[in-house]
Amino acid sequence: MLMKSLYINPEKCTGCLQCEMACSFENEGVFNPARSRIKVFTFHDAGRFVPYTCTQCDEAWCMKACPVEAIVLNAATGSKDIINDRCVGCKVCTIACPFGTVNYNSASGKVIKCDLCGGNPQCAQACPTGAITYIDADATGLERMRLWATKTDTAHHAAA
Amino acid sequence: MAWTKQILRVNLTNGDVSVEPLNMGWAQEYLGQRGLATRYFVAEVDPTVDALGPDNKLIMATGPLTGTMASTGGRYSVITKSPLTGTIACSNSGGFIGAALKNAGWDMIIFEGKAPSPVYLYVEDDKVEILPADDLWGKSVWEADELIHKKHQDPQIRISCVGRAAESGCLFSAIVNDLHRAAGRSGVGTVMASKNLKAVAVRGTKGVGNIKDPIRFMREVTAQKKVLADNAVTGQGLPTYGTQVLMNVINEMGALPTRNMREVKFEGAHSVSGEAMHEKRKTDGKPNLTRNAGCFGCTIACGRISTVDQGHFSVANKPEYWGNSGGLEYEAAWALGPDTGVDDLDALTYVNFLCNEDGFDPISYGSTVAAAMELYDMGVITKEDTGGIELTFGSAEALVKVTELTAKGEGFGKILGLGSKRMCEKYGHPELSMTVKGQEFPAYDPRGIQGMGLTYATSNRGACHLRSYTVASEVLGIPVKTDPLETDGKPELVIAFQDATAAVDSSGLCLFTTFAWSLENIAPQIDAACEGDWSVEKCAEVGARIWNLERDFNMRAGLTGADDTLPKRLLKDAANVGPAQGKVAGLDLMLPKYYELRGWTTDGQLTDETRSRYRLPA
Repeated sequence: MLMKSLYINPEKCTGCLQCEMACSFENEGVFNPARSRIKVFTFHDAGRFVPYTCTQCDEAWCMKACPVEAIVLNAATGSKDIINDRCVGCKVCTIACPFGTVNYNSASGKVIKCDLCGGNPQCAQACPTGAITYIDADATGLERMRLWATKTDTAHHAAA
Repeated sequence: MAWTKQILRVNLTNGDVSVEPLNMGWAQEYLGQRGLATRYFVAEVDPTVDALGPDNKLIMATGPLTGTMASTGGRYSVITKSPLTGTIACSNSGGFIGAALKNAGWDMIIFEGKAPSPVYLYVEDDKVEILPADDLWGKSVWEADELIHKKHQDPQIRISCVGRAAESGCLFSAIVNDLHRAAGRSGVGTVMASKNLKAVAVRGTKGVGNIKDPIRFMREVTAQKKVLADNAVTGQGLPTYGTQVLMNVINEMGALPTRNMREVKFEGAHSVSGEAMHEKRKTDGKPNLTRNAGCFGCTIACGRISTVDQGHFSVANKPEYWGNSGGLEYEAAWALGPDTGVDDLDALTYVNFLCNEDGFDPISYGSTVAAAMELYDMGVITKEDTGGIELTFGSAEALVKVTELTAKGEGFGKILGLGSKRMCEKYGHPELSMTVKGQEFPAYDPRGIQGMGLTYATSNRGACHLRSYTVASEVLGIPVKTDPLETDGKPELVIAFQDATAAVDSSGLCLFTTFAWSLENIAPQIDAACEGDWSVEKCAEVGARIWNLERDFNMRAGLTGADDTLPKRLLKDAANVGPAQGKVAGLDLMLPKYYELRGWTTDGQLTDETRSRYRLPA
């Protein structure tokens, strides 16, 4: 079975936050961007919107740092999942993660992070522009390659 | 549910903040946002109140779908009595603050009284504080926004704010949220500033839940998102060109009001169109438009993010305006452009930035400048009045200069801040004011689009396209094509649009969905989320009830049927070119029928029968 990963293309993001709502609804049962595992950042002056979430590191520092083995590998999806019953809310993982994608939830006393919704990430389902997709983890460069291939091809035709 | 069922009442005079349960009986009759807040307003405020006095109230209200995943479900409205029109004011805005308010647990905030000195309201879920704003007063919206974020050390706060225009009494001031979205029309910002309320800052973390049937709701939401995506207007036209898709279309129809509505076609329309915003500038090779943007939850994303050419005279020495911000939308582009005869895209973009930065309605503002230009053209006002500015039609330099003055409430900008009606009266030429009930026209000439004449004349907040956008039918064929030059059938069309629009404006959704959606698409989403039975018929009835309630307030405020009219220029002077050549606005052919269908008297008053039919308050 192919491993898949979230692939985010900020060029396509309009900043609508459908992804944040889908994420919080799936995980918390309410529409609540404040509890979303994926966040969209607005760079106002630059006119850019950039969604950002856990990249599911192979060598996951959050997992290594956890003193109670509350973060485990989901072998089916490659995601690093929080076992809520084990998590003691010590927040060491939030410090260990270089990307800031593990965060503490004061309402539950546990940490939260992206778990790829068990293989059907709702953010990608909800995204209206294809800025967030869930694709072959070994070919995330495919779209960009295709774009450059088109350009190369055009140059060839122009020269001919 | 979907309503949080809690409202905040903030008394600015004595600093009291109280929590009340939402009146659910009213919610079943008025839905939310525009309708429900108007019900509260009518119950609490004397219609003859001085709009800028402490007895006027100002309500910020969300709809039941605000903050949910329903596409475009991020809207909120500001309801108050307008200082510009003396009618009910209801201005709707997108961006993110509506959803923040809902996420903090509030359906609406009712502001009453007047703070003894400048304040802002800080809402962090249940924690609500009235905080001093002496350091924010005198600052632009953009400056105040930055200062509030810094003070609370929280980039996720959402802010609604008034600018220096409102502080200085400009009668068409807006309440700007998220830097460049606005509750723009009818001077709601002027009322907010009159209460010494500079800003409302909200951080909501509770989430929006209590959906009646979550599975059905998500199924409806997903299906209706697809309808928007598959529709040519909402799926392609609006994301690509924004509302500016209309500039060339309306110009070709001969319905683009030009130079204070003296003409109906603008020779420079293309230069300021949605298409032009995509063209690369010769100077820096970048287009005006950087990208499109969505408000909260919106899968259409018509918003424009633009830059001004750094070498353009308006910003040449002002690097603070070199970054991206909210770009031109059609109504603003028209008022600032064709209506003033200015065809300089960079100038219009910069002026639009200033409208956002200091919070004033670009429609009313551009239209007022256009009237001033006509007065200048006639020699009624001179450089002596303008402070040396040559206020000729077509002058981008003059437009830029008077905008900078209006933003700060200085010099001739103070006169422009009166709005077109009061300014034209001041100079002895009321006939040059292109207004209804004191509010300036938007971008459709009713000689070429007849339904819009009836729309403007009967709108409950003065001239406005967003009360019944019959352009959809008369120009775009949505839901069915009607002849824009024909008056027959327009009273029926206008009423259907007015009622449906009032319902949409009360739901938390954006009116722009209705290019693709009808109540058939919207009612099932409301019904899946909200307790009660929300059929298409009920939504339409709620819309009609809201329309009649607003009308009732206006009549009690002292307006009469005689106010349902248009400027003489549109009733007497025929269009000079284009498909509408020889036509005037045929209001007299439509208004009596409209009154009759509304169940009003021949002079436009509500009858007791109509009141009881909609169960309006006595």
